[in-house]
Amino acid sequence: MKLKVFYDRENREKTVELGNNATIKDLLKKMGINPVTVIVSKNDDVILEDQKLKDKDDIKIISVISGG
Amino acid sequence: MNCCSNKPVIGLIAGEKLCKAHFIEYFESKVFKTIRQFDLIGKEEHLGVALSGGKDSLTLLHLLSKLSKQNPKIKLTAIAINEGIHGYRDKTLAAAEKFCKKNSVPLHIYSYEEEFGMPLDNMLKALDVKPCTICGIFRRYLLNKKSRELGFTKLATGHNLDDEAQSIVMNEFKNNVQASARLGPKAGINSNKKFVQRIKPLYLCTEKEVTVYAFVNGLLDNFNECPNVAKSYRAQVRDMLNNFENENPGTKYAIINSFLQILPDLKKRFKGEQADYCKSCGEPAAKDKCNACIFAERLEKAKLRAV
Repeated sequence: MKLKVFYDRENREKTVELGNNATIKDLLKKMGINPVTVIVSKNDDVILEDQKLKDKDDIKIISVISGG
Repeated sequence: MNCCSNKPVIGLIAGEKLCKAHFIEYFESKVFKTIRQFDLIGKEEHLGVALSGGKDSLTLLHLLSKLSKQNPKIKLTAIAINEGIHGYRDKTLAAAEKFCKKNSVPLHIYSYEEEFGMPLDNMLKALDVKPCTICGIFRRYLLNKKSRELGFTKLATGHNLDDEAQSIVMNEFKNNVQASARLGPKAGINSNKKFVQRIKPLYLCTEKEVTVYAFVNGLLDNFNECPNVAKSYRAQVRDMLNNFENENPGTKYAIINSFLQILPDLKKRFKGEQADYCKSCGEPAAKDKCNACIFAERLEKAKLRAV
């Protein structure tokens, strides 16, 4: 499946290709993001890493890192 | 294990997964327990809340506003510092102003430009110095001085468990035990009459927990990172700890819990530290002159050279 993913730290949307039954954990691994440093929302709800993804899911990756 | 049949929003280190309602209850109860456990807030206070407009300080002010509504003897005033970092602080201060207006919390903003003659961006052009070093010195100086002038009994900051774990490790790596003695949920130098006690109600909350709480309460704004942070020593330690936490969950909690066991001994050992006052400005200082005055003089010299 192909997903459109917005990563706030980079302020851009990326298209990521993943296998069927892929989870948030797989998505973060593919994007090289440490799960400790982000939370993920799907259709504006926070979800956990073991959640399975579907085509057309609206995924946002939100950095937990403080401003400074 | 899930807390109930509702969808979980966070997994805790211990393995439990909490839904939105149970997580809010867990988070708020943890913060209020921290306040009681470390005796952070008395029955009657005028609390200053250091507000940057980021998720930590907005979460802190959101929670303290709840506390203040339950107890009218706890008065809140927010204080913010505009360092003068182009394209960064102006955005977070706008979020801070919006929040304070909506929640009827008075807000005082002080800037480096008005207090020290130039914004941080210009200071970094004038002096060859690490941005976080000079920025931190001036910010702490202003926060303490203005908190005292505004009559705050204590100053609450949004430091979370991740911030504290980073500070502890940074001090270890730099062999700076004395700086660690100033850490903890109730931070600073009690022996100095001009020092306003700092408190950290989010001390036992991870950065991830604060972010989820801010998200589910609509307190999260667009991502905004200080452009100077990426170059900092703290960012290197932060990334190292996050990588380690990913491989070994619970590491940051372990750092804090072991630190809390030795903190009373550290406080005893460095009790008399910074009991003096700067001969130039009269603010708390460990030496004849405080670091803020030393840097202010260097800036003056740099300005004269530029003329």
